[in-house]
Amino acid sequence: MNDGALGRVFGGGEIIIRQGDEGDCAYVVQSGTVEVLREEGGRSVPIATRGVGEFFGEMSIFEKEVRMATVRAVGEVRVITVDRKNILRRIEEDPSLAFRIIQTMSRRVRELSEEIARRKIS
Amino acid sequence: MKNDNFSNDFGAPEPRRTPRPADSLLLGEGSRVAVLGSGPAGSFFSYFFLDMARRLGFTPQVDIFEKKVFAKTGPIGCNMCGGIISESLVQSLAAEGIILPPTIVERGIDSYILHMDVGNSRIDTPLHEKRIAAVHRGAGPKDSTGVKWGSFDGFLQDLAREKGANLIQGQVENITLDGGFPTIHAAGSPPKSYDLLAVCVGVNSPTLKVFSGLPIGYTPPQTTRTYISEFFLGEDVVARHLGNSMHVFLLDIPRIEFAAVIPKGDYATLCILGTDIDDQLVKTLIDSPQVRQCFPPGWEPPGNHCHCSPKISVSSATPTYSDRMVFVGDCGATRLYKDGIGAAYRTAKAAASTAAFHGVSADAFRTHFLPVCRAIGRDNRLGELIFLVTRMIQRTRALRKGVMGMVVDEQASAGGRRRMSTVMWDTFTGSAPYSEILLRTLHPSYLVKFAGHIAAGVLRRAPAHRTIETESMLRKESR
Repeated sequence: MNDGALGRVFGGGEIIIRQGDEGDCAYVVQSGTVEVLREEGGRSVPIATRGVGEFFGEMSIFEKEVRMATVRAVGEVRVITVDRKNILRRIEEDPSLAFRIIQTMSRRVRELSEEIARRKIS
Repeated sequence: MKNDNFSNDFGAPEPRRTPRPADSLLLGEGSRVAVLGSGPAGSFFSYFFLDMARRLGFTPQVDIFEKKVFAKTGPIGCNMCGGIISESLVQSLAAEGIILPPTIVERGIDSYILHMDVGNSRIDTPLHEKRIAAVHRGAGPKDSTGVKWGSFDGFLQDLAREKGANLIQGQVENITLDGGFPTIHAAGSPPKSYDLLAVCVGVNSPTLKVFSGLPIGYTPPQTTRTYISEFFLGEDVVARHLGNSMHVFLLDIPRIEFAAVIPKGDYATLCILGTDIDDQLVKTLIDSPQVRQCFPPGWEPPGNHCHCSPKISVSSATPTYSDRMVFVGDCGATRLYKDGIGAAYRTAKAAASTAAFHGVSADAFRTHFLPVCRAIGRDNRLGELIFLVTRMIQRTRALRKGVMGMVVDEQASAGGRRRMSTVMWDTFTGSAPYSEILLRTLHPSYLVKFAGHIAAGVLRRAPAHRTIETESMLRKESR
């Protein structure tokens, strides 16, 4: 029944997006898990994981900056791309489509704030 | 939380309501919403309305009325459609957090093969990604033996029920306006009035006639007929002969405007758009070498295969709303020929957000819902122009050679803009607005190249491009 699996498959360890590359789409994980890595001083620092139904690369929908992190498949994953043009066209007609993206970004800002606070305390 | 109310009995008799002050045209805690029909329009409306109400902090009661049983095979569970979910809708749903699982999607489509008498060519999705979903609306054709994939409409209905909608399975016999409130008369149950009625039935539903009798001036959309056949081939044969490609046929056969074969799990779905489609015309199409090469040698359509001739809407209804009533999807406004499910999603969301944020008055729907219907209508007028040109291409060999030549050249070159390929892709998959497609065809570079390929096709006496065996094209498997 795998013929019905939508999206694109990446093998374990395969890079899906690379920090510094230009991007014009976001991704939604359809199956499996991906790892978000920040490349700093020649090292790859894992900063988050994303599972089924979660976005990654969504910043490129709203800003024309290069990718701020690398995303790598942890085991086999299947992801679907969400094109910037398509999603912005839809948000223009239906702003409520952005609810979930804003909610996700809001949750991530909260998590980052908590992380910064923890580091300052320690 | 899934609400398991499946009964016909949806509440005790209630006292007659009297009209409330004008501000009651805003919905709030305990407001009652009836949704007539649980195809994509009804389920999307229920799902998003309940989601928006939750965000706003109120819990309405949503009753979905549906007589079809999507868990069953054959006509009782089917809403009669080709069963293609466009890539733009797949992406929007992904952004909404709705993932279409492989238990529902029978085949992910990553390409289409354009078949004409002057040759054929495969066009892949830009990222070689399966971005179009082939589904059955019900649990499968009438001759299905065992249910291997679930119903798409059933999947959406489950999503709506998980959000808290009540499913009331049975026949709606009449709808009246009782003191301004829409009142549902369902078989075996006392009448029940609602603060809002979202009419989400298709143009094939007999219930639609009821609304012409109400004092809201409703005129249903104009319709034309299509033809859909389901051929059992078995999973292996479908994979080998059709692959993950939608097969589009632009053939010069009188009365046929367009035909497509869509690979699914065990079945191939044949969709035909044309006029006065009868058995002889279907046989003529199937016997054409272009269609024949998509099926195993010697294959003949079985005599008892599942087929239907559903009506599809080709214009918008007027009006698409009144106080406390809104017409969503096919019975309101839908996209011409392609991506009707995408249009159901768009109009359902517009109606749901209007009801949740602005209320259920005609004014609210005029301001917030009507613009989406009008945008679809405007785009359809440009779509008519595109399909007029498509018909000219279909009838004129020089134009067919020009199109095929340009597509083949684009597919053979590694870089460069694939202008004709994307125009054809978006026209036949319904993945972009017609306005955008039309704009691309007006680009000077497109026009110059197309004219060049037409001239080359006219000057060349032999067929412009040899026909490649479909099976060899399918070997170009993407990941």
